[in-house]
Amino acid sequence: MDVLAPLLVIVLLGVVVWLVSGPLRAGAAATEEADTARREDLEAAKEAKYREIRDAELDRRTGKLSEADWRVVDRELRAEAMELLRRLDELGSE
Amino acid sequence: MATVGQACLILALLTCAYGIGASLYGASARRRDWVDSGRRAVYALAVLATAAFVILETAFLRSDFHYTVVATHSSTTTPTFYKAAAAWSSQEGSLLLWVWLLSLWSSLVLFLVRRRLRDVAPYATAVLLGFGAFFTALLIFSATPFETVAAAPPEGTGLNPLLRHPSMMIHPPMLYSGYTLWAIPFAFAIGALVVRRVDADWIRATRRFALAAWFFLGIGILLGARWSYAELGWGGYWAWDPVENASLLPWLTGTAFLHSVMVQEKRGMLKVWNVSLILTTGTLAILGTFLVRSGILDSIHAFGASTLGVPFVSLIGLMIAGSVALIVTRRDSLRSEHRLDSLLSREAVFLGNNLVLVGLAFVVFWGTFFPLISEAVTGTKAAVGPPWFDRYTVPLALVLVLLSGIGPVIAWRRATWANARRNFLWPVVAAVLTLALLVAFGVTSNVAAVTMFALGAFVVAVVGQELGRGVSARRAMADEGPARALVSLVRRNRRRYGGYTVHVGMAVLFVGVAASTAFQHARDVRLSPGQTATIGGYQITYQQATSRADYRGTRLERVALGAVLDVKRKGRHVTTLRTERGYYPATAAFASGSVVQGIFDGDATSEVGMKAGLTRDLWTAIRPDPEYLQKVIDALVAKTKNQPIDQQFRVVGNLLGTYRQGAFPAQFRLISSPLVTWIWLGGIIVFAGGLIALWPAPDASGRRATAGYAGRVARELGRA
Amino acid sequence: MDPSRKRRIRLIVALTAALILAGALAYTSFSASSAAVQPSKLRASADAGRTYQLTGRVVDGSIRHQGDATIFRVRDRNGRASVPVSYVGTVPDPFRDGREVIVTVRKKGPVFVGERDSLITKCPSKFTDKPASNT
Repeated sequence: MDVLAPLLVIVLLGVVVWLVSGPLRAGAAATEEADTARREDLEAAKEAKYREIRDAELDRRTGKLSEADWRVVDRELRAEAMELLRRLDELGSE
Repeated sequence: MATVGQACLILALLTCAYGIGASLYGASARRRDWVDSGRRAVYALAVLATAAFVILETAFLRSDFHYTVVATHSSTTTPTFYKAAAAWSSQEGSLLLWVWLLSLWSSLVLFLVRRRLRDVAPYATAVLLGFGAFFTALLIFSATPFETVAAAPPEGTGLNPLLRHPSMMIHPPMLYSGYTLWAIPFAFAIGALVVRRVDADWIRATRRFALAAWFFLGIGILLGARWSYAELGWGGYWAWDPVENASLLPWLTGTAFLHSVMVQEKRGMLKVWNVSLILTTGTLAILGTFLVRSGILDSIHAFGASTLGVPFVSLIGLMIAGSVALIVTRRDSLRSEHRLDSLLSREAVFLGNNLVLVGLAFVVFWGTFFPLISEAVTGTKAAVGPPWFDRYTVPLALVLVLLSGIGPVIAWRRATWANARRNFLWPVVAAVLTLALLVAFGVTSNVAAVTMFALGAFVVAVVGQELGRGVSARRAMADEGPARALVSLVRRNRRRYGGYTVHVGMAVLFVGVAASTAFQHARDVRLSPGQTATIGGYQITYQQATSRADYRGTRLERVALGAVLDVKRKGRHVTTLRTERGYYPATAAFASGSVVQGIFDGDATSEVGMKAGLTRDLWTAIRPDPEYLQKVIDALVAKTKNQPIDQQFRVVGNLLGTYRQGAFPAQFRLISSPLVTWIWLGGIIVFAGGLIALWPAPDASGRRATAGYAGRVARELGRA
Repeated sequence: MDPSRKRRIRLIVALTAALILAGALAYTSFSASSAAVQPSKLRASADAGRTYQLTGRVVDGSIRHQGDATIFRVRDRNGRASVPVSYVGTVPDPFRDGREVIVTVRKKGPVFVGERDSLITKCPSKFTDKPASNT
């Protein structure tokens, strides 16, 4: 028991140091590229926008939104979605 | 092993400190490797916290009384399940549980968003590790679970018998899961404010964690209520006790948050409101954790050394000051993108919902902290009782239920009156019909309760209508039978229909609360065997006295004196109720001389006799008449006065027999309460709805492909 | 009326309503509350007929039963001064000698009468025979 304890502590310390120093040792990209970071964020925003479009459609079908109102909302949302797609494509082309 | 545990805590504190430094450095120098290292410090924290927790649990399960914590909270005779749970019945263990849970969720969220929110995540990491450092420091310097003594006592003091109930064992982990999960959106809100990126990205990334926090906290609260009702001898489920309120506060503001973030996601509005709300919720979660463990308020639950008071107050002060400072300095970025166009829109209803919920939270907060407020203002500590709370929460709850019925029907951005009128027709009819039925049956004594019933019908009708319309819409789009259409409708719109389910559950729950409060019959009676009492149309007869002694091996664990009650209604037998009062011997008294006295000097618990039903609950608790009981005790004590202890145990049989045959009176609390079961049923429905909303989308990758295609199509259409 | 003015009016109305409600809340809380006191303070100055929230510990050996009523004495948490209480109503399970209690009382002659069902006993955090040290 007395030898085991310090041994375990050393092992844990080793695990922690190994975990934490991984990125530093791998010599990952030294500087941040802000744009590539945005890709997944844009993807998530795009998914959310599609959900909104589908939601609006469901609202129209269940009688909460009139045809005229729905057309306006749908057009706005699709425009926002297209903007997101455009920005995603921009990122992809770099 | 205790030293290993202590070492884990010290390592954890160092890891937190490193992680904070690495994250902040990586963020400011824009170096992803340092940011990643900071994130991995969170993973390391999880490893260390898990190790420490496992060591503590093992000590409890093995009844290793070298650990002070184990010796003071458990015993060899405690059943295994409760041994494991005894770990968090102690202050030290519960703090460790907090850190462990925090480290798990933090690791999970940071792993899931590791490629997103690159600017926000490092600061969120720093905040989460900050919490970790705080609690770990407390564990090392104030309340260490790994304190040991060289000579282990042969037996521990055991778990309070009142806590030996499954709900009470799951209740703290549920509450703590809720509290720690609120730290996640809190941390990301701070991060978003720091880097001035307060659009909906941080909300989307942490949405499920906020929902999970709400979910677990709600379960914890409901379990506490259930335990109080089924286990304690007063027959109620909520007393507006400060500690109950402390857990309710973050749940109320959290519910408001879950609604108002939808407004920000869709319309870019309420940014200041949302960050304020989540920062408040996070602070209230810490306050909830701290209140149970401090002595600042007089409460049924207030235990814990006041040595923790100063650090916690400092943390809360820091959280409040930091939040306010951040919001004020970032108010430019928090401008709304749109304005509220119409009061007839879902945004407006959500705003109303938020105002009511925050109003409720304010009432509860004020009432809970009133002793401190009045002390500050008038110099004397004064407290308000449940009637004051009820006076304000009841009307607010009514408005809340009404709004929860209106919200689903009104569309986002704009709704027309004509549409709304059409959509509200049948739900209003349902409410009016319910009202008419109730009046016809003479159920009119309590206006608030009757209103709640009508509103409950309204909400259920709204959701039913929504489901019906949704199924028709789905069937129009895809050729499916009604059952399949319902399933695929819910699957594709989990948030929406999960939310509607929650509304139904809440309506059912509130109806149960209203009925059981307003139309309850409660009586305290004293009955001797053979006597009958009436309550709410039931005739309850004390049929037979019961008594028994529970031994664990040779050790006397419990003596129970009880009764069998026969319940009749209009002459016909309805049910039999069995209730007991359990006496747990105080072993120290055995050493001082008398076994019989020792039995009754220890703790006592009520075993409630209950017949739950869909329409009403019958509830009873017994208290053998103390005067008569004392006479029996005195007689037996005199008889066994000079006997050695082991011989005295033989007299237990006498005691049991005397109680069974002597026609001793007993005090009974009798309650007939309508619709109590609806509270628990409503709760289950709420949590089912929560699960539906939490569940990950079915086939995200497949959806992404088709969505991409739809996007292309949309773009083509846009160009054409 | 142009939209921004409408919004401003809405905001003012809402804020005023909130302030009035908060004010009502605060006012009623002061009038509906009962002062929380320890026995020593109660002994020193207690107005007949006024309700107090008495907090303290049950004096060892003081619990008696008379018919439906439970008679006991409550002493200061850290002191000896105590007052007698006569209480009818639900007695919580953890109620016994030495436990911390909260009970709403009203002075009636030499005795303090407890309000029905208002007795609260603090859950002991440990199951222990030894006298509670700093629970």
